[in-house]
Amino acid sequence: MTRNEALFQFLLRLGDNTGILSHRVSEWIGHAPVLEEDIALANTALDLIGQTTFWLELAGEVEGKGRTADNLAYLRDAWDYRNLLLVERPNGDFGKTMMRQFLFDAWQSLMLGKLLTSTDPRVAEIAAKASKEVAYHLERSADTVVGLGDGTDESHNRMQAALDDLWDYTGEMFISDEVDEVLAAANIAPKAASLKTEWEELVGHILRDATLTIPDSSYTHKGGKSGVHTEHLGFILADMQFLQRAYPGATW
Amino acid sequence: MSKEWPLWEVFIRGQHGMSHRHIGSLHAPDAEMAIKNARDVYTRRNEGVSIWVVEAVHIAASSPSDKGPFYEPSNSKVYRHPAFFDIPDDVGAM
Repeated sequence: MTRNEALFQFLLRLGDNTGILSHRVSEWIGHAPVLEEDIALANTALDLIGQTTFWLELAGEVEGKGRTADNLAYLRDAWDYRNLLLVERPNGDFGKTMMRQFLFDAWQSLMLGKLLTSTDPRVAEIAAKASKEVAYHLERSADTVVGLGDGTDESHNRMQAALDDLWDYTGEMFISDEVDEVLAAANIAPKAASLKTEWEELVGHILRDATLTIPDSSYTHKGGKSGVHTEHLGFILADMQFLQRAYPGATW
Repeated sequence: MSKEWPLWEVFIRGQHGMSHRHIGSLHAPDAEMAIKNARDVYTRRNEGVSIWVVEAVHIAASSPSDKGPFYEPSNSKVYRHPAFFDIPDDVGAM
């Protein structure tokens, strides 16, 4: 695998994570439990769309076949998507959405932190811009996880159920493969596994404050990073890509 | 205990000027979340550099029914306006 091939895959992973999560979060618009959370979720979704645009634009440039960010977002099928399975999980209740957001934000903030010193200046620049947004996402999702986890019996039980359900999808973040090896050797990006300890510390600390118990499970669902997805991704893409599929090249 | 989050009044200091201005209200479970919610609801277009929130119950307000005794007496006291002084030209704009 050449360095450019590895970088292309890596950028798709970053852009698809934020793109698919953005779509999931945007499903809440108009449905959130209170107006304030509705707007906050919309803001998060918009930040993530912005990040997706940057990562996929760069991916297209690195690939060198003239594909734009829009081409990559709207004209790839599920098996060409490279996002973590975690971000395609259904929203569930508000607490579960915030738990998923928290588990992802914690990972993304660490990843972007490492990418700030990437030897590829284009990657470092995008990371610098995104890391400010993500620092806020993490602050907000962590606060909500603590508030609901250490809240009423009802909210505590829902957050514990959310954690139990999502936990087995977090291990995929830390599985290194050839893409990571090639990019780590060039100091473009860290190996996936190298973020694990810091993530566990960060997440463990917040979950303790939230009085939640980390499931005793080392099982990991995986495949998203290499294009093997759950059935949910197809439904997301059907919704997201409908317009460009039905009316190719449509603009407004 | 009420199931509703308390109401907070939000004050934002803009890019220009020193004063925080009241710009609206919102609901939040505590002060910290009120500031976060204010950030998300009221500063989306780069409106502010500083946020104050105060729980609405802590604001003491004058009563609308006191309008007469409170404000009308000052209607007839034009001499309180400093409009009766001749201002020398070399003072410039005041």
